[in-house]
Amino acid sequence: MSNISREHLEFLRGQRIKKLAVFLTQTLLLLLFFGIWEIAARLRWIDPFIMSQPTRVFRTIVSLSKDGSLFLHTGVTVYETIIGFVSGTLLGTVIAIVLWWSEFVAKVLDPYLVVLNALPKTALGPIILVWIGGTSASIIVMALLISIVVTILNVYIAFKTCDEDKIKLLKTFGATKLQILRKVVLPANVPAIVSSLKINVGLSLVGVIVGEFLVSKAGLGYLIIYGGQVFKMDLVMTSVLILAATAAVMYISVAWIEKKLTKLR
Amino acid sequence: MEKVVELKDISMTYHTLDGETHAVKDISFDIYNGEFVSIVGPSGCGKSTILSIIAGIMKPTSGSVLINGKQVDGTSDNVGYMLQKDHLFEWRTIIKNAVIGLEVKNKLSKSALKDTEELMEEYGLGEFKNHYPSQLSGGMRQRAALIRTLATSPDILLLDEPYSALDYQTRLAISEEIWLILKKEKKTAILVTHDIAEAVASSDRIIVLTNRPSCIKNIHVIELNCNEKSPIKCREAPEFRHYFNKIWKELDVHV
Ligand SMILES: Nc1ncnc2c1ncn2[C@@H]1O[C@H](COP(=O)(O)OP(=O)(O)OP(=O)(O)O)[C@@H](O)[C@H]1O
Ligand SMILES: [Mg+2]
Repeated sequence: MSNISREHLEFLRGQRIKKLAVFLTQTLLLLLFFGIWEIAARLRWIDPFIMSQPTRVFRTIVSLSKDGSLFLHTGVTVYETIIGFVSGTLLGTVIAIVLWWSEFVAKVLDPYLVVLNALPKTALGPIILVWIGGTSASIIVMALLISIVVTILNVYIAFKTCDEDKIKLLKTFGATKLQILRKVVLPANVPAIVSSLKINVGLSLVGVIVGEFLVSKAGLGYLIIYGGQVFKMDLVMTSVLILAATAAVMYISVAWIEKKLTKLR
Repeated sequence: MEKVVELKDISMTYHTLDGETHAVKDISFDIYNGEFVSIVGPSGCGKSTILSIIAGIMKPTSGSVLINGKQVDGTSDNVGYMLQKDHLFEWRTIIKNAVIGLEVKNKLSKSALKDTEELMEEYGLGEFKNHYPSQLSGGMRQRAALIRTLATSPDILLLDEPYSALDYQTRLAISEEIWLILKKEKKTAILVTHDIAEAVASSDRIIVLTNRPSCIKNIHVIELNCNEKSPIKCREAPEFRHYFNKIWKELDVHV
């Protein structure tokens, strides 16, 4: 590394400064948002009873943490979401494999998948609630439903567009269909599967929140709907902010796993 | 000399919803043990089709293929096929790529792995065996693809424009190298190419095909006077131009 030229060092320094500037501006924007919110509430430009305010949110967080309910509800939501997107991705991939295996099945199911994909799955919420009952299972099924159809379609398309010549290569060695699946189609599409895992984090979270709205027993979705019903806007705002943070952490974790996996492959 | 490949009245018609394509019509030829034969012909005339039929991954509409006197039905362990691009799997290391044929055939024993490693060692890929394909140059990748084909120890190699993805310099060098490897390992080879010069320089015989539906226009026996038998040296032989021009005229390319 000793032979890096001065220009290059300067270029690297320039890039670092740009990166730092972006980060500082991002932080500033966030602080500004909370600052203006707080000031607006204190000066009564907005009604803190309806709009809440950062200090009230903070107090709510403290009191919720004291009785442990904050962790309980966040934990429930995270748990349901993880089960939802992992099972959605796995099951979706398995079904995509079935479609890849049998072109007949794929052709038959094609219009149904297209309709199911277009249908807003949240509309099925009440049906699931009645069929499965007001339990965590309903919520997970909701999350699964939202992510599975997109996964099937995306992964199946990825399988179909797998390089024909790579398949031909294996055929020249007399490979069976199962060998083609295991040695080319699946490994070549690990990135596609992991990227659908990433998409499914967000989709599954939508399912979980809608499910918690309906089931109304636990979770951040429950806190939001409960807070709204008893008009505790502090609770609603707090839950939404925690939800945003939770969603971000889950997304970043999966993106990190994706990076590790693609390197490891 | 013994015949290792015999094609008898091979015809192939492709059917699609848009209609049917008569790709190949009544093609017969024999290939003898240890020969290097090239197939040249206009693009789209059915050269790859012929190789796929010999390899047993495609059934001809009519006619039959014999390998070592036995009727072809499905792929045969005696035949190795090298495609246009190297198609190394980027998620496997070079050695893992090289043994994929053995893996598919359930023949990946310790000794087979060792033999493959020796092949890599011998042909200059020894230190790269744990690298990934993206870390290798185009020529090295092509060599790795050849080793992948050789690893299952076929006697007959089918090469479908194996160098066309390479730049001209690398192409000359690697085609020379692969030719020498094939001669050293005493393989029979059938090469499909667009490059007439390459065909003349490396072949014992050249089969010229007509436009679709293709049949055999001519078969040339190539006899070049060069003191050292190798494709690059043979390009300097006095007869080289003569064969080149004759085949060029037969292909009758209009631009
Ligand atoms: N699977 C297929 N279905 C329908 N038609 C096909 C199929 N494969 C090849 N063909 C047609 O058959 C003809 C011969 O194809 P082939 O690939 O054997 O020619 P080729 O001589 O190898 O061509 P090129 O010089 O481009 O490599 C072409 O016209 C092609 O369009
Ligand atoms: Mg071809």
